[in-house]
Amino acid sequence: MDEHGDAAGTAVRTGPGDSGRTPVKYYQVGSFAVGNRLVALEQRTVQADPERSNALTSGHRACQGCGEALGARYVLDAAMRATGGKVVAVNATGCLEVFTTPYPETSWQLPWLHSLFGNAAAVATGVAAALAATGRDDVRVVAQAGDGGTVDIGLACLSGMFERDDDVLFVCYDNQAYMNTGVQRSAATPPGARTATTEAVGPDPGAPFGQGKDLPRVAMAHDIPYVATATVADLFDLEAKVETAMAVHGARYLHVLVPCPLGWQTASADTVRVARLATESGLFPVFAAVDGQVTSASRIRHRVPVEAYLRQQGRYRHLFPSEDRPGRPDVVARIQAQADANIARYGLLADGDGDGDEDGTRPPGSGVAGSGVAP
Amino acid sequence: MLRQLEGSRAIAEAVARCRPQVVCAYPITPQTHIVEALGAMVKAGELAPCRFVNVESEFAAMSVAIGASATGARAYTATASQGLLYMAEAVFNAAGLGLPVVMTLANRAIGAPINIWNDHSDAMAVRDAGWVQLFAESNQAAVDLHLQAFRLAESLSLPVMVCVDGFVLTHAFERVDLPTAEQVDAFVPPFVPRQVLDPDHPVSIGAMVGPEAFEEVRYLGHVKQLRALEEIEVVAAAFVDHFGRQGGGLVQPYRTEDADVVIVAMGSVLGTLEDAVDAARDRGRRVGVVGLTTFRPFPADALAGAVSGARSVVVVEKAFSTGLGGVLATDVTLALGGRTGVATVVAGLGGRPITQASLTGVLERACDGTLEALTFLDLDRAVVDRELARMDASARSGPSAENILRDRGERARGPR
Repeated sequence: MDEHGDAAGTAVRTGPGDSGRTPVKYYQVGSFAVGNRLVALEQRTVQADPERSNALTSGHRACQGCGEALGARYVLDAAMRATGGKVVAVNATGCLEVFTTPYPETSWQLPWLHSLFGNAAAVATGVAAALAATGRDDVRVVAQAGDGGTVDIGLACLSGMFERDDDVLFVCYDNQAYMNTGVQRSAATPPGARTATTEAVGPDPGAPFGQGKDLPRVAMAHDIPYVATATVADLFDLEAKVETAMAVHGARYLHVLVPCPLGWQTASADTVRVARLATESGLFPVFAAVDGQVTSASRIRHRVPVEAYLRQQGRYRHLFPSEDRPGRPDVVARIQAQADANIARYGLLADGDGDGDEDGTRPPGSGVAGSGVAP
Repeated sequence: MLRQLEGSRAIAEAVARCRPQVVCAYPITPQTHIVEALGAMVKAGELAPCRFVNVESEFAAMSVAIGASATGARAYTATASQGLLYMAEAVFNAAGLGLPVVMTLANRAIGAPINIWNDHSDAMAVRDAGWVQLFAESNQAAVDLHLQAFRLAESLSLPVMVCVDGFVLTHAFERVDLPTAEQVDAFVPPFVPRQVLDPDHPVSIGAMVGPEAFEEVRYLGHVKQLRALEEIEVVAAAFVDHFGRQGGGLVQPYRTEDADVVIVAMGSVLGTLEDAVDAARDRGRRVGVVGLTTFRPFPADALAGAVSGARSVVVVEKAFSTGLGGVLATDVTLALGGRTGVATVVAGLGGRPITQASLTGVLERACDGTLEALTFLDLDRAVVDRELARMDASARSGPSAENILRDRGERARGPR
């Protein structure tokens, strides 16, 4: 473990709550995503390893720039490395299931089971129970679903798996709507966003304010051993959190923000950039929690107004002025207020300046514990 | 060994002897005693290394069973009524994936109006799901069918549902011959999964299948069901060899030789029917009864053979298809080559007792040729007519079930 932490001797992860972000600063490119060639071999991502498992191999039919495909590849290969290749994956219905298994082909190079849309967590429980009952305790279980299969139709099974503390890592690839069926609103769709069922029309265009579920906090309320969020903008962090999760037994939850070029109406080349703006604006807090308490949060290095994030995406186009509409600065201001609240809740700014001088990792016990579960 | 047991306890003991590895449970009357007993056995360590999972819904129960079975564990659950419908999506899924889950269905009516008592609406609602569906006539049959269910499921790689009449059987104390663990071990071999999630041999299970292959996959399911017709008889014969008694198979004819009228039915009503047939025979009526032990796959040839000499066939069933008529009767008619004159008697809905007196009336009318094509046994048509009149008289006549219940209550109290 700790291929890209121990060797440097500066980012040793002592517990499951620590962020695994590498201490190396990539100011040269302003990105965490393209830094592999700048670090020593032993610090590079699992994905940079030519011997990686390629659990989700090439040839699948995801859209160009699919954040979910990127996230799933990193998650599963990291899980494979952490377990010596002993992983069974359970998949909910959704894009990830459809684009990876067009019959009779499959992109999965690990044992993989798809049953239904809403039952991935329960199926994974069954897999874990069977492994325990048949004496194969070395094999671990990862369940995966989109935000619909997690926060909406899959929530009952997920909550059951959490409260029983079944030995499953459940990964939500959150692209904030039902993309597979044509971009309809889910309970993870953010306010103001246009979807096919929250059109950008009428006095309150886009998804309504005051609705939706914050699943990482719902997961934390179950007091499970490990809850973390991540994005495809920081793949070191994503891999490290998977590694941390696989070192723990019991119910674990990883919520990964994965931009969707189709649904977000972004350029395919901008997936990582948009995900980074989501975190740098404070709209998507990246943190980890152990036993229901926040233990670390990734600090914002270059804070940006939410407008910088929103303007990248066609789903928010109606919020900004153009020839035929005045724009909705009031709605943008409400979204900014949400970002500000996240920043305050998780302590996302380094001493309030956000100028990027910190390494982006807040140490455990630095005052944010507990704030993650405050209403 | 012979014991005096509640049906649920006997089923739990039979399932336990089959060495399940994952049992998942969600409470619903009237199956709850079964999983309670299994839960206690697992907790006491008697079924080690079996895992008992208290799930949050029937949908999760079948989903856990799916995951466990696909991982190579012998998986069992039990449900009834609303629970079966709540898990319906996963019921179809288990069959489509070809996973040999065994489930007890303690047959119970489906609401609304909510009703906890026995009929077969639940089993009929999933008749097209792709499961093998067996019906127990008695608690002894329930035990015997469960022993065969695991062997059948695993040899066919198909899920098997053992249907047991709720309360009538699950809560009845009867003498039951329970085999020893050694006998069951000799009869039910260890589970060798046809497909299994194994990191050393990774496979994808549950892939997307489009129009280019879906029909073939579905047809394979049909072929497997047809093979099950043969396998059920093979397993039933093996059962006789191992345990020295009959207990299984496709159909059970009773006094059908030379019978002019043959009743077809499933489940616990068969005992009452056999008594009614005996009494009718004593009166010189040439009647018999055929019990269907296997409902899916439908034993068309076996049934046709059993009723071939009959002048008329009467289906007594505890369910019906609203707007059409009998469910089982439709299958029977089809199996008999579209034969006309198959009469349907819908009986026992929502736990209404099916008495020998009422069945005797059915037999007499059938022998006399006066039995209507569709009969609702012991129906109180007057209260239905009163409700119809209320509905015609007022656009806001209120909730029908409550109105009918009140009318029945007034009838029971008599004139004031």
